[in-house]
Amino acid sequence: MVETVFAVSAVLILVGAVGVVLFRNPVHAALSLVLTLIGVAVLFVLNDAHFLAAVQVVVYAGAIVILFLFVIMLLGVDKAEKLRIEPIAGQRPLAVVIGAGLAAVLVTVVIIGADVLTGWRRQSGERALDGASTDIERIGRVLFGEFAFAVEITAALLTVAVVGAVILTRRTPRGEQ
Amino acid sequence: MDLGGLSVGWYLALSVALFTIGGVGLLVRRNPLVMFMCVELMLNAVNVAFVALGAGLNDVGGQIAVFFVLVVAATEVVIGLALVVAINRRRAGATADDLTLLKG
Amino acid sequence: MLEAAWLICAFPLAGFVLLIVLGRRIGEPLAGWLASAAMTGAFASSIAMFFALMSRDEADRRFVVTLFEWIPAGDFTVDAGLLIDPLSVTMALFVTGVGTVIHVYAIGYMHGDGDFAKFFTYLNLFAFSMLVLVLGDNLALTFLGWEGVGACSYLLISFWFSDEANAAAGKKAFITNRVGDWGFMLAIFWCFAALGSVRYLDLFGRADSLSSSTATVIVILLFVAAAGKSAQLPLYIWLPDAMAGPTPVSALIHAATMVTAGVYLLVRVNPVIAVADSWAPELIAWVGVGTALFAAGAAMAQNDIKKVLAYSTISQLGYMMLAVGSGAYVAAIFHMITHAFFKALLFLGAGSVIHAMHHRQDMRGYGALRAVMPITAGTFIVGWLAIAGVPPFAGFWSKDEILAHAWDHSPALWIVGIITAVLTAFYMSRLVFMTFFGSARYESADKPHEMSPLMTTPLVVLAGAAAVAGFINLPFSSDLHFLGAWLEPSLFGNEAHLSSGATTQWLLALLSIAGAALGIIVAVAVYLRQQLPAQLFEPSAAARAFYVDELWTRFVGGPGRKSFEAVAAFDSNVVDGAVNGVGRSVRATAAVMRRAQSGFVRSYALLTAAGALALLIWFILRASV
Repeated sequence: MVETVFAVSAVLILVGAVGVVLFRNPVHAALSLVLTLIGVAVLFVLNDAHFLAAVQVVVYAGAIVILFLFVIMLLGVDKAEKLRIEPIAGQRPLAVVIGAGLAAVLVTVVIIGADVLTGWRRQSGERALDGASTDIERIGRVLFGEFAFAVEITAALLTVAVVGAVILTRRTPRGEQ
Repeated sequence: MDLGGLSVGWYLALSVALFTIGGVGLLVRRNPLVMFMCVELMLNAVNVAFVALGAGLNDVGGQIAVFFVLVVAATEVVIGLALVVAINRRRAGATADDLTLLKG
Repeated sequence: MLEAAWLICAFPLAGFVLLIVLGRRIGEPLAGWLASAAMTGAFASSIAMFFALMSRDEADRRFVVTLFEWIPAGDFTVDAGLLIDPLSVTMALFVTGVGTVIHVYAIGYMHGDGDFAKFFTYLNLFAFSMLVLVLGDNLALTFLGWEGVGACSYLLISFWFSDEANAAAGKKAFITNRVGDWGFMLAIFWCFAALGSVRYLDLFGRADSLSSSTATVIVILLFVAAAGKSAQLPLYIWLPDAMAGPTPVSALIHAATMVTAGVYLLVRVNPVIAVADSWAPELIAWVGVGTALFAAGAAMAQNDIKKVLAYSTISQLGYMMLAVGSGAYVAAIFHMITHAFFKALLFLGAGSVIHAMHHRQDMRGYGALRAVMPITAGTFIVGWLAIAGVPPFAGFWSKDEILAHAWDHSPALWIVGIITAVLTAFYMSRLVFMTFFGSARYESADKPHEMSPLMTTPLVVLAGAAAVAGFINLPFSSDLHFLGAWLEPSLFGNEAHLSSGATTQWLLALLSIAGAALGIIVAVAVYLRQQLPAQLFEPSAAARAFYVDELWTRFVGGPGRKSFEAVAAFDSNVVDGAVNGVGRSVRATAAVMRRAQSGFVRSYALLTAAGALALLIWFILRASV
């Protein structure tokens, strides 16, 4: 059962990802991205990260992709991109070589590392996944306990991002420049 | 190490594939919006690895990391799209290759 | 109680900061009153410290207030701390006391000046630096104050900098003092190398462990510093030119306080001098007495009233150096105090005269001012009698003590000293007669008048001090030797004791009175009665200060300049060449490297990915090895 779900969602994810890269129209690419994101959400469920799965669907598939589509529509940049042309000489073959190399190296790392991971001790206590508390409760406790400072920093980061976005998109009055 | 009968290696392999696709996409696409989407793909690849390793180690820390990655991704999209809007206002239809003002 | 010693420094510092912020806004005369109030506060705290120290046991009269860690560098730390002992408190007392009086005087003197507030800002900064110099508990902090007073001196000499000559005088003072600072810095380094500490307490406690040659080197280097700051031969040349500054500055910095810093420094390190080879103090004494005689000779032929006083200051500083060299530290400090009073008085009096004569300083254009400026004349005469060595005024007692010690040390020193004393009486009488007596040589349209009470009150106060300050250290019995007893804990028994008998001392005192009388009588004959031609006593060589300035100019302009140019050539060809070569090679490399900066974001991303790949491969290789 688990294997089947994993296999299906893995296929969804990879097809979606390839779609993002290959679709010439950005609207199609964005929709393809939704496919990948949903697939990742399924994997989260498979790993008992129910809260994250929900967040993934709401924030990523919902808010972020909508934001993408919104900007595409707003700017009218939904023209198809000519994928056959590559202005920078040698960019494409090099990208493929480096991509393949990256994949090869990372797979090597996984193969070497799989054995290493097996021997690691499992977490216990508040952070343990098999504890008594529920998923959300566990995340909440750790997030606002151990990682409270990081959460505060994140809040500052979001504020900065909002202010930055407002300043970047503000229309300068004519004659000011 | 198994996760419900499935090795954590499978998750990592999937993560590697997704990461590589995203990376190559980032390198070959010219539309800045699609480039951002590719960055999202790479971030998701990392998220998959985090959650799988967290489950393998019985540690909620993996999920916490994903949580922060989500926040950073959201921030990045907000700023990135604001940049795209600002650029498009000056030069409509610009691709990433048209913005070479910082040429050395 | 003693912990509050930082207040002494804090008042002028607060005044300085306030004046920087508010000075222009509150303007005249409030800025002056604010500065004076800060000085009064410092004076009051000094008095409080004095009584706090008095109430302690004699052996216990040394106290360090550590304020904060100033320079922490590994094993080497320097704290910003204040050393409160009889010597430093005595210095602080007269610095703040005389300073307060001069501040008040300056309110009147600087009236109407466009930079009124700036002047008092500098004055307060100077007072702060001087107090840091005096109270600092280590050589480094003293050096900080030393540089601070030097900078303030520069700023105040060239205060009216729109006149080229004033700016040049400031630069001359600054550059000449660099020579002394060089000595000071080397002394600090040497001290640290030898003792591992620059704190005075360590210096006092462990001076005995120094080898005599090390101690000699430190003393000589400190003497170089002192010769710069206290205007000794051959580094005195900046002080006569420093008279370009406003007269209160000349009184405060270039007569009463800053120029005595060198003497203070040498008295401060008396345990080191005690360890040094005997030729080092001998050298100090001879340079001192030589300077005294030389400057007194130069003072005889000056026509600028402030130049006379400047050479007179150099001469008196020479006396103090003579005292230090003879081991008469108490006499040095004693003379420093009395000199501060009467020389500040003389300068302020001269300032009043200059003010009345519309900033003309040539005494040949003065005369008979006694009638129109009675208070100035009266107080000036007190100062004159004090410096000339007429009992019972202050100068007599302190100068006599120095001369007695000089006799004890070597009669040759005494002979030069007594000749200087005669010359001193002569040139000061000349100044007084040319200015206040005789016939009026100024235009009647000038209409000189007495100054406002704001300026005459300080004169009266200082005149009172100059008259009675001698009584703090009377020679007749050890009970009356107040200053000597008070300074005892700071001198560690290094003070020389007179070996000559009472008869000899009486005889010496009578001789020095006779010398003063001789000087005055000759001056009367020359300048009041015109019985002797003045040219006889004003050789042109003396008017040019015996060509020392010219010698310096010739040296610096001739061989000096050539060697500087050689250094400059080395600098521009070799040093700059190396630096420029580095720059050129960087530019050449960059010209090649910049091609990588295509401006294409995706190229950059590709390079980043390649870098990440290379890193990963390296990690794997390292892990598998």
